[in-house]
Amino acid sequence: MANVRDDETAPAGRGATTEPAGTSPDLLRLRGVDVTLGGTDVLSGLSLSVGAGEFVSVIGPSGCGKSTLLRVAAGLTAPTSGSVERATDNIGFVFQDPTLMPWRTVARNVRLLGELAGTERKRLRAEAAQAIETVGLAEFADRLPRELSGGMRMRASLARSLVLRPDLFLFDEPFGALDEITREQLNLVLMGLFRARSFGGLFVTHSVEEAVFLSTRVVVLSPRPGRLLADIPVTFGFPRALDLRYTPAFAALAGRVAGLLEGAL
Amino acid sequence: MRASDPSPGRRGHGWVVRVGGPLVVFVLITAGWYALSYLVLAPDQRFLLPPPHEVLAAGVSEPVRGELLAASWVTTRTALIGLGVAFAIGALLAVAMARAQWVERALYPYVILLQTVPILAIVPVIGFWFGYELGARVIVCVIVALFPLIINPLHGLRGVDRRLHDLFDLAGASRWARLWKLQVPNALPHVFVGLQSAAGLSVVGAIVGDYYFGRGEIGLGLLLARYSSRLQSAAMLAAVLAACLIGLVAFWVFGALGRRIVGRWSEAWGA
Repeated sequence: MANVRDDETAPAGRGATTEPAGTSPDLLRLRGVDVTLGGTDVLSGLSLSVGAGEFVSVIGPSGCGKSTLLRVAAGLTAPTSGSVERATDNIGFVFQDPTLMPWRTVARNVRLLGELAGTERKRLRAEAAQAIETVGLAEFADRLPRELSGGMRMRASLARSLVLRPDLFLFDEPFGALDEITREQLNLVLMGLFRARSFGGLFVTHSVEEAVFLSTRVVVLSPRPGRLLADIPVTFGFPRALDLRYTPAFAALAGRVAGLLEGAL
Repeated sequence: MRASDPSPGRRGHGWVVRVGGPLVVFVLITAGWYALSYLVLAPDQRFLLPPPHEVLAAGVSEPVRGELLAASWVTTRTALIGLGVAFAIGALLAVAMARAQWVERALYPYVILLQTVPILAIVPVIGFWFGYELGARVIVCVIVALFPLIINPLHGLRGVDRRLHDLFDLAGASRWARLWKLQVPNALPHVFVGLQSAAGLSVVGAIVGDYYFGRGEIGLGLLLARYSSRLQSAAMLAAVLAACLIGLVAFWVFGALGRRIVGRWSEAWGA
């Protein structure tokens, strides 16, 4: 398995040549992060950075510590060793499940983070309404989560994370449980957001296709303990249409990522 | 995109099932009661279990009717005050236990002890210490009703989705905001479950208290003791029915409150 590390790509973070024009300094920088949880090494010597205007997907085998990586990035879990630097406190976190409060309507769920941050009421209402509009839930703003489909709940969850206009977005396989069509729709919603707000994104997924389609870089992790195997730039311009996925260039890149992933197993 | 249809048809035949089932059981119980009175007991033994219509007749004829109404009011009032006090104590303890592990560790054994208190044995002692009037009776109610009002809210406060806690962590939320915006709403369905069981228990507490005190204001317990000592079995059974009715109404009231307040979203409450 060790030979997998001898890949052509630099394992130590973003190569300078792959930086898209206009990328600002790093919003998030992990250096040599080790995480040991309950005696198990989950992440090992991981270095990774995300700049504004970068959308970095993290892909790796199940249990390789992808979710832990996000928790470390968010500051929810402290690394056992290594350093985590964040240039912003305004972080959006989107969980694997919608994780909405069942007693709050969509609109009130979306307002939650603003309430906690003490955002002025009127402004918060406006921001929340806009976030709900952005994810296409305007006519469902007064519904309770239980009255929505899985895809709509995920949209609400996305809107909730948008309301404070975060600089850095962390996504923990947000669309993993959705059907293919809903997933494609939400990929487009997310890409639209990324284009409009140009935040820094760190996106954990199981899907090679989704990773390549959405990202400016794809990071491949090894099985546990998760190490960085490859950091691959994705240079397709934005906006990207769904049929980009059927082009030879896309297939070649996706094939390369899939190959690295299989090689890791 | 469409909203998932919230359980159609559940409403259509709902009330038939809701009323029909209990009605069938009621008829069966009444029939069994008549069978016992008329078929099992010889006429000279029938005073042991008078048939239902005699019990009803005894209950609605004076002076029993007036006595039952007055005693029911005394019992209901005591039970409600006891329930209110138990609710306040239970909520405070549950919040304290949910917030600090050392508080939970320190109190938990005693909370469990509450449930195993041999209430019949300590009622006379309570009377001895606190007298035989309202205060002492309320104390009995509180002891009997407190357990579900600690345990249920505690489960609700603790049972919050871990990721929602993460969200509050990320937002740098205060403990106060976490309590009011996250833990308390999450606990509400459990609180109503607790109130439903505690309401019945509190009625039992009020009756037991006054039955064993054997003096003071006349509630259903004292009335029961009196009728039974006079071998007025029809009146006694009427008093038992009155007690059941109070418990039933209390249970139903808190059920209705629960459905009204959390029923829209809580699966446990019919959402």
